[in-house]
Amino acid sequence: MIGILTLLLVGGFLTPLFYRRWGDRTASRLALLPALSFLLLVGMGGSMSGQGGIHLISLTWIPELNFTLSFALDGLSLLFALLITGIGAFVVWYSGAYFDGDPTGCRFVMVLMLFMASMLGVVFADHVIVLFIFWELTSFTSFLLIGHNHREEAARKAALQALLVTGAGGLFLLAGLLILARAGGSYELSSLITNTSLPAHPLFNEAIALILVGAFTKSAQVPFHFWLPNAMQAPSPASAYLHSSTMVKAGVYLLARLHPLGVESWLWSDVVAPIGALTLFTGAVMAYGQVYLKRLLAYTTVSALGGMTMLIGFGSPAAAKAAVVFLLAHALYKASLFLVAGIIDHETGEKHIDRLGGLRTLMPWTALGAGLAAVSMMGLPPTLGFLGKELLYAADRGLVYLSISVLAGMFFVYVAYRTGVRPFVGLHRVTQKPGHEAPPAMWAGPMTLGGLSILLAVFASVTGKWIVAPAAQAVLGEPTAIKLVLWHGWNRELMLSLLTLGLGVAAILLVRPVSRLFSPVSRAAVIGPDAWYRAGLKGIQQGSVGLTRILQSGYLRAYIDSIVLFILLTAGWHFLGKVPFPGFAELHAVDINDLILVSLLFVAIAGALLSRSRMAAIASLGVIGYGIALIFVLYGAPDLAMTQMVIETLTVILLVLAFYHLPKFALRSSRPARIRDFALATAVALFTGAMTYAASFGEIAPPISWFYSENSWLNAYGKNVVNVILVDFRAMDTLGEITVLTVAALGAMALLKLRIGGQKGGGS
Amino acid sequence: MNGLLIAPVLLPLLLGILSLLLWHHVRAQRVIAVAGTGLLTLLSLRLLIGIYRHGIQVVHLGNWEAPFGISLAADLLGAIMVVLASITGFAIALYSVGANERQRECFGYYPLVHILIMGVNGAFLTGDIFNLYVWFEVMLMSSFVLLALGGEKPQIEGGVKYMALNFFSSVIFLTAVGLLYGVMGTLNLADLAVKVRGTESTGMLVVIGCLFLASFGIKAAIFPLFFWLPASYHTPPPAVSGLFAGLLTKVGVYAMIRLFTLIFTPDLVHLHGLILGLAALTMVTGVLGAAAQFEFRRILSFHIVSQIGYMILGLGLFTPLALAGSIFYLMHHIIVKTNLFLIAGIVHYRFGTGELKSLGGLYKTAPWLSLLFLIPALSLAGIPPLSGFFAKLLLVMAAVDIHAWGMIATALGVSLLTLYSMTKIWNEAFWKDAPTPPPPARTDQSTILMMIPVILLATITVVIGFGAGPVFRLALAAANQLMNPSDYIHAVLGVSP
Repeated sequence: MIGILTLLLVGGFLTPLFYRRWGDRTASRLALLPALSFLLLVGMGGSMSGQGGIHLISLTWIPELNFTLSFALDGLSLLFALLITGIGAFVVWYSGAYFDGDPTGCRFVMVLMLFMASMLGVVFADHVIVLFIFWELTSFTSFLLIGHNHREEAARKAALQALLVTGAGGLFLLAGLLILARAGGSYELSSLITNTSLPAHPLFNEAIALILVGAFTKSAQVPFHFWLPNAMQAPSPASAYLHSSTMVKAGVYLLARLHPLGVESWLWSDVVAPIGALTLFTGAVMAYGQVYLKRLLAYTTVSALGGMTMLIGFGSPAAAKAAVVFLLAHALYKASLFLVAGIIDHETGEKHIDRLGGLRTLMPWTALGAGLAAVSMMGLPPTLGFLGKELLYAADRGLVYLSISVLAGMFFVYVAYRTGVRPFVGLHRVTQKPGHEAPPAMWAGPMTLGGLSILLAVFASVTGKWIVAPAAQAVLGEPTAIKLVLWHGWNRELMLSLLTLGLGVAAILLVRPVSRLFSPVSRAAVIGPDAWYRAGLKGIQQGSVGLTRILQSGYLRAYIDSIVLFILLTAGWHFLGKVPFPGFAELHAVDINDLILVSLLFVAIAGALLSRSRMAAIASLGVIGYGIALIFVLYGAPDLAMTQMVIETLTVILLVLAFYHLPKFALRSSRPARIRDFALATAVALFTGAMTYAASFGEIAPPISWFYSENSWLNAYGKNVVNVILVDFRAMDTLGEITVLTVAALGAMALLKLRIGGQKGGGS
Repeated sequence: MNGLLIAPVLLPLLLGILSLLLWHHVRAQRVIAVAGTGLLTLLSLRLLIGIYRHGIQVVHLGNWEAPFGISLAADLLGAIMVVLASITGFAIALYSVGANERQRECFGYYPLVHILIMGVNGAFLTGDIFNLYVWFEVMLMSSFVLLALGGEKPQIEGGVKYMALNFFSSVIFLTAVGLLYGVMGTLNLADLAVKVRGTESTGMLVVIGCLFLASFGIKAAIFPLFFWLPASYHTPPPAVSGLFAGLLTKVGVYAMIRLFTLIFTPDLVHLHGLILGLAALTMVTGVLGAAAQFEFRRILSFHIVSQIGYMILGLGLFTPLALAGSIFYLMHHIIVKTNLFLIAGIVHYRFGTGELKSLGGLYKTAPWLSLLFLIPALSLAGIPPLSGFFAKLLLVMAAVDIHAWGMIATALGVSLLTLYSMTKIWNEAFWKDAPTPPPPARTDQSTILMMIPVILLATITVVIGFGAGPVFRLALAAANQLMNPSDYIHAVLGVSP
């Protein structure tokens, strides 16, 4: 398994090199890689089903987290791997011809190969994190492929939409998987699904629900289905491969993988099956009104994925068997039809169905391939489509599900006719380009896959034994006797099949009445999830613009207010609640010096606040500074007082010099704003004062300052303790501060001299 | 080992002085910058390896024993941060030489860069709270001058806000240090850690903790204190904003992690719930802010805010895994974010604008740059298997462990919006056709030399992703050191708490 993954990954990354060497022939050669992988997988499957078992490989990765690179191969993953590599080989080959002469082909094939490796990683992975990594890589490669024609806005938007929808789902999936892994005590899927105590865990249903969202987005279930029809902006090979036969089935794969565990949850029968049925119905009805080949096919893909989801939701062995056959049948015929749509578009330049007709003479091989696939999609015997439908009816769960299935079957007949038959029969119509047969590289795929739809059904017992039974057993998690028979006799299922067919023919003949009948449903889709997505995106866009305009207003004052409020609400709040206020009992009585000093300070503050002249305000600030210096003098810190005096003098002089050049002072702020500022400032001042006061009584540990006075002379040989602290005990601080001063000087010079923009090079 | 421990501080100082002396010799300054930061990177890697092997390293400066002198103490977190700072410095030096902003280079650009790195490294290595303040000042002053250097009008506008708000942060920091010394009587971090562990009366410590939270919160640009960042980061030359984007806020995050694991532990101050709430709000407001922008560097600036939320999310959750997640996130983010800013810079140099509506067609005109953009952009959005995926995964796993559902939802939702933002840039600047008339290309700038650091950082991003195992082991070891501060205390004080 790891060999195959590495092979495809390396092949993908080296694609540009190959292209440089081989040019447009590269794709046909690169297709050998998936073909080879297919053969290897067939070999592994052959050796495995003898033991009915499962291959496990595990490499150490991050042991501390119990992350291992573990992979498992059983019937289910083998079926998917065969589809991925088998169809993949044809699609790569096809792409070479599709992009013949187009330089973007190299990029396309490269991403396609990388997608193939990622998708194989998804179905091989046993460790949930490994699964998730590959899951996301499929989303991302899908993004690149949908946006391949990136110069078109529609393609870019569709790519973004697919990425966001599946990406969002992926995050739900991640959360769900992590919770499940934590609850189950293991990251290995193989051990989680056999964990019988897990369903009793209190978070079990929550985990399953989250995983379901992931699976539903990936597999385009209602209401997340809308991205898939839009994804038809991708080149046709990508649509055939990712958006019909493989990637969109990843969700179905995940559901099937978790089936043994999931059926224990009420969500399985009450959510999975109904959502599946709803999707089955919606997709089919929506398909009816479409006129573009690929969109038409896309809606039936949505519908088919719904059918598979519904069957898995039923949870019975019969349903599991039906799901596997349906899946196989759908992958084969839908990939063919998409490839055919690509051929038609490529050779005739037409995408609109009503402009096509009579192509069978021009492109006989393509017509044959399309016909084979269409027969299977219609569910005619002897095809896989027929088998799948019979089994679907056999697995039935009541009238509602059954009638939805029949109705969907009717639309499938119609769509198969419109896409696989209609363009090739009837009168020839003139198209944009004169059509001609595509090269074999392009029709080989539809031909083979369409042929397989019949071959695998004719040899139903072999298919049953080697493909369906191992896969269904893996879904069920237990060995069950499963046989596949083409002919069941004249039973109820066959009657229903005939009814479906009859209805389908009626739908083809009576297009107008039927479309009138269902047009309200299609019209309702205008207000459907696609519109929600657009509204949501727009809402986020506008909401964030609004929010940011409020937060990042551009006013420095608002920013400072925010910080001040933050401090008051956190530190201030805790201070009020948790710090016992010491009271004033321990203070000595107020003497005359204090009184004079404090009154002086208050007067100066009032002056600074109320003055209308800058000079007066600066002078008042200076008085405040000197007042504080006087406090230092009175309480025994003469060195501090000296420093304070010097700084205060300097500040006042500098401010006076600077403000001299400023325009006249003007009151700019409104009265309410000033009241608010005053309140905030007062609150901060009170808080700071109270806090400092409380801290001076709240000593928890004695200060270490004794060390400095004891050692300053004895060990550091200095008599001035403060000096010794500055230049010896804490010299590193001083070094830092000197650096700050140097940088400030440098900055002042540079700011004054260097003016880029205004007067260029004013530095000299 | 002692020399190695002090080298991340002294070497940039020497480089700075040397560059100052060679004021008129820009070419010599360039050589010194590249060679010096390269040497610094090697030395700091050597330091990290030494600490990984032999444990926490301590130097008592001037041989004054702790807690009386200033101690430098490097544990794994500190050493990791120094390595990241050095790598960023090296990348920026190369890029600056390539960007060829001649006028700025003549006015002390390189000395300022060296001094800034000195301040950053000093902050990562110091074991003393006041010394940390000093390094913050060194950073603040040199970053302000770098920000304003050139004196273009938007630079000055952004610079004033930057200076005012960060200066406010310094005032709060200093107040908090003063109060802390007032009640605890010491400045040494390890000594503080010992003394707070013996105390009953914690009310005042909670208040001081809040003050530190506010001060570092401004530096780290968390909600609701981040405003200076989006106001200023898009204004200076790209090399400068790359340097700032990578390092400055992360020093705030580092300081927060250091103090709130070593001193203000959850059982002492109960502030970690508040930190969690702030983390969530930071993630959301940041990413929404980015959604509202349509200019390359403005988008990226708001994403810094958003990502900071993830980093302190791990601190708020406070488990070894969560802290390891935060540290992993720091490693991932510094590399990725610097790189994105550098790429935005290259786009700006080449096309003369960063406005998405005037850009386009880069996929065609600059295919390699497109690829190089995708790597950090997808990593930032958390696409596996790139570095950002594992960073987010670890945090989400840690949140699952303690059932912090709201945090999981926020973290994952924000990562989706990040993906949206990155895709927006991709679609508009790279995929879309160039608007007509195309923006005037400025091809006179040498861009080859600027691509080297971009390639280097992109490579590191990929390596962190694919080597997630060893990187996580390192982050977990660092987190375990933080969760068990006794090793740190023992290394600094020589006694067990």
